[in-house]
Formats: sequence, structure tokens, C-alpha cells
Amino acid sequence: MTYVFVLAGIVLVTLPLGIWTGVYAQWKRLALTLLPVLVVFVAWDVYAIARGHWQFDPAQTTGVRIGSVPLEELLFFVAVPVASVIALEAVRKARGWDYR
Amino acid sequence: MTYTALAVAAVVLTVVLDLVVLRTRLLLRRVFWVAYAIVLFFQLISNGVLTGRDVVTYDEGVIVRLRVAYAPVEDLLFGFALVVQSMCWWVHFAATGRRRRPRRHGG
Repeated sequence: MTYVFVLAGIVLVTLPLGIWTGVYAQWKRLALTLLPVLVVFVAWDVYAIARGHWQFDPAQTTGVRIGSVPLEELLFFVAVPVASVIALEAVRKARGWDYR
Repeated sequence: MTYTALAVAAVVLTVVLDLVVLRTRLLLRRVFWVAYAIVLFFQLISNGVLTGRDVVTYDEGVIVRLRVAYAPVEDLLFGFALVVQSMCWWVHFAATGRRRRPRRHGG
């Protein structure tokens, strides 16, 4: 379950900032953002797993897989983009920089 | 392709996405680099756990075997591509579908 705890950590740390910045409220924009990112990085993950570039410890993952991809990986490709967007918006709001 | 080759290609394509394709130009902005520094700090911790505790292990034949906080250096490039692409699409989808008004003030 180590991987799940890491994912939970990413979500918990960014949760208050996600609310403060209004990122979660813009869920449609967030969904549009996730779509191309998921396509690219899940494809990379599928390729890397197939070629043996990396593998996952069965003892530290849930064992749930969608095709060859562990559930945690799919959640990672949602959690990290959302956390990244929250970081960008938090800096923008805190400094009043408006994307520059 | 090795993980090294894929990771370098991903960084190049990510820069092209930001500067040429979407023209979000985040890589030229201060707000991006401050945000990226914060993300990188947490990436080193979370990925350090995943790689240091062997949740994820790598084929030594497809990486350069240079490690940063337990993780292959390629993971930094992978992370850069993932983070930058996410931010680019986010900024891109803010601009489309909305009418742009002329700026009254210098900015």
C-alpha cells in the first residue's frame, strides 16, 4: 500500500490550496487538462511496462491493474497534474503575478 | 527506445508544446519557475519514497544509472514533462472559449 499512501499524501498536501485557488471548482477545465496528459503518459507507461523499463512491487501496490497498468499509476497521472495546476495557481494568487 | 532517450524526447516535445504549439509560454514566466521549484521539492520526496523503498524498480540497461534522491535522473525529465504539459493545457483551456478584452492598464 506504500504507493497509495504516497498518492494520499500528494492529495492531502494540495487539498487546502485546491480549494483556496478555486482549482477544484473549475472541474470542467481540469477535466479538459487531464485528457491529453493522460493519453500521453498512460501510453508511455504502457510502453515502459511492456518493455520492462520499470516494474512495480506487488507487495507494495494494490494489485489492481487496468490492462498492464497498475491502478496507482492511473491515479498518479491524475493526482500529479492536479497538484501541479494547484501549485501554479497558488503562486499566481499569492504573488498576484497573472501567468507572467 | 531507452528510458533515457524517451525522457529527453519528452522534454523537447514539451518545450515545443509550450512555446510553439499552444504558445502558452509558461517556460518564459516567473510564475512557472517558482511553482515548478515547489513541485520539484515535493517530487523529490514522493518519488524518493517510491524508488527508495523499491515500490518502483528500473531496468538498469535503459537508464544512465545516475540517481538523484534514489530515483534515476530520467525521472526528473519525466516529471518535468508531466508537470509542464499539465500546466500548459490548464493555461490553454483558460484562454480558449473566452472573449479577450483589450487591456486598459499596462498590466
